[in-house]
Amino acid sequence: MAQVTLRKVVKKYDEVLAVRGIDLDIMDKEFVVLVGPSGCGKSTTLRMIAGLEEITDGDIAIGGDVVNDVPPKDRDIAMVFQNYALYPHMNVYENMSFGLKLKRTPKDIIDQRVRQAAQILDITELLDRKPKQLSGGQRQRVAMGRAIVRDPKVFLFDEPLSNLDAKLRVQMRTEIKKVHQKVRTTTVYVTHDQIEAMTLADRVVVMNGGNIEQVGPPNELYHSPKTKFVAGFIGSPAMNMVPCQLEASGDALKVRLSDTLSLAVPASRTARYRPHVGKPGLLFGLRPEHLTETRPHLEADMQTFDVKLDVTEPMGMETLVYFAINGIDICGRVNPNAGARESQTMKLCADMANMHLIDDKTEQVL
Amino acid sequence: MADATITTSPGAPTRPRYGSMSRDRRWALRWSYFFLTLFAIFFLTPPIYMFVTSLKSSAEISAEINPWWVFDPTLSNYIGLLTDNVFLTFFLNSALISVCVVTITMMISVVAAFALARMKFWGSATLATGVFLTYLIPETLLFIPLFKMFAWVNDTFGIQLMNHWWTMIILYPTLTVPFCTWIMIGYFASIPKELDEAALIDGATWFQTLTKIFIPVALPGLIAATIFAFTVSWAQFLYPLAFTTSTKELVLPVGIITTLIKGDVFNWGQIMAGALLGAAPPLIIYAFLMDYYIAGLTAGATKG
Ligand SMILES: Nc1ncnc2c1ncn2[C@@H]1O[C@H](COP(=O)(O)OP(=O)(O)O)[C@@H](O)[C@H]1O
Ligand SMILES: [Mg+2]
Repeated sequence: MAQVTLRKVVKKYDEVLAVRGIDLDIMDKEFVVLVGPSGCGKSTTLRMIAGLEEITDGDIAIGGDVVNDVPPKDRDIAMVFQNYALYPHMNVYENMSFGLKLKRTPKDIIDQRVRQAAQILDITELLDRKPKQLSGGQRQRVAMGRAIVRDPKVFLFDEPLSNLDAKLRVQMRTEIKKVHQKVRTTTVYVTHDQIEAMTLADRVVVMNGGNIEQVGPPNELYHSPKTKFVAGFIGSPAMNMVPCQLEASGDALKVRLSDTLSLAVPASRTARYRPHVGKPGLLFGLRPEHLTETRPHLEADMQTFDVKLDVTEPMGMETLVYFAINGIDICGRVNPNAGARESQTMKLCADMANMHLIDDKTEQVL
Repeated sequence: MADATITTSPGAPTRPRYGSMSRDRRWALRWSYFFLTLFAIFFLTPPIYMFVTSLKSSAEISAEINPWWVFDPTLSNYIGLLTDNVFLTFFLNSALISVCVVTITMMISVVAAFALARMKFWGSATLATGVFLTYLIPETLLFIPLFKMFAWVNDTFGIQLMNHWWTMIILYPTLTVPFCTWIMIGYFASIPKELDEAALIDGATWFQTLTKIFIPVALPGLIAATIFAFTVSWAQFLYPLAFTTSTKELVLPVGIITTLIKGDVFNWGQIMAGALLGAAPPLIIYAFLMDYYIAGLTAGATKG
């Protein structure tokens, strides 16, 4: 019952266009993550849904009702802020019950809801502490508790984990996911961290410069990015992109990366790529994990070539290897036992079934 | 890259040490005690001298003996003042004025500061600066225009503002409100914006946000402003001197000098006793509120 719909939503701050007319449909119970670089308009979008910012143009609907002129408290939303925004002079219980008290909810119902939320979040023993007596992770839980207690139509999170250290962030990420599985409230979550986005989201919304680049489930974004930006933004280490020429040789196609290196395009892609043969400004894209050490039994679209490694970075479960083609650094991920050595030649294997071809002019993935 | 980080792990450069932390600290402490003592002597000498004098009879004060010692202590100055209805009237006038002024000041300046700090309306920034600028105008420049205004009020409405102690209740806020508003704007501005946004989402009205969030969180600032307002109104001298003349309308600072100095006869013992009694209420209030003030500070109230 709580879909969120954005129609041609625009936000203008004086002369700055922060959000440039975005359309978005968020379904009931869905966990949607807005992700993008800093300043791309994620927070602004979220705050417009919350009612903390007026929208310059367009419509926002929550649960089917247009809420453009509805004040935040009547939108039936709850928000978790990056700095938690706990009321410093109230203890955890009071923090969580503040909203309900203002709505004149009966005391016993407040108590029941606070205790239930505290149990979900495992903060029952913290209920009479003040925020300053809590650790970052605990404050984060209380902030979530404050949202859960109100049982809103929509949860809004604005970078809720950015103030935590790396280890705690991973832990709280799982926690948020668990809570969503228990509470099943429609959630809009803002982050600049693509890993957070991938791990949490039912669907990811990639934003850039006030526009939506692509919307889709994490794996779809990962494997079939629609734009150069999404291809480069999602995934770490980032996708390798090398200028290339698309050449035809009979029925087959080849991407030429340098004078000495060209790789055959899989047969399944030839029809799709044929119109772009000879086009200037093409980029060949391949994720590091599709550039591995060679193995005894190569699959159909795997091709090997020799490179001279510049740098190797052992990560434990894998080793990142770097080499250059025409001065552009390329990263591959090889087995730590594959014997990768800096300044030595190594035979690598490119899994061309996972290649991307990007038009650098239109920034579209072809 | 990984190799490189291992081989270049830098050994801490070994440099001879010429001084130690504890020695630096000892010197710092010595200097601070030296200056603190200097300060204490400088600022405590007058009140001590006042206290000593207040315990002397007029005869002893005028006698040519060591003025720093009381040879024949007497409480007659204090008893004389405390049994004197005139002195008690001064005291009561001062107290009533101060309590009213503090109340009025805080009611106006807290609300004004909240509006100026948080509600972005057209001209709010200019207004905030304007509020502070009014504080910078010296009061000595104001009492002649005020005479004119009082005359006008008398002509127009038939209300005589001259020579009434309660006129001070209207006058003093012009001195206290701007500065207190300024202090409160500072405190309110330091409260993270997300806090009122959270309250807004929780369903609080502006007024509830002010009373339930801002005032409790900015309590140290509120107390600082209260102390300021009280000090200004308790110690105000110029306005009551200019605008009140009848004995029963005088406030303490003016009353002491006008009634205890008769022509060229200075009743030093009673003047000193009166001044010390007059200094007692602020001292008591400071002592009480300071604890609270410091407790508020150490609670780190403004960090979520
Ligand atoms: N209150 C404001 N006034 C003017 N410009 C703003 C304001 N808030 C945000 N912006 C601008 O809008 C753009 C988007 O900001 P924001 O939504 O906060 O980005 P982010 O994706 O990092 O959350 C930025 O260019 C920012 O400078
Ligand atoms: Mg942001």
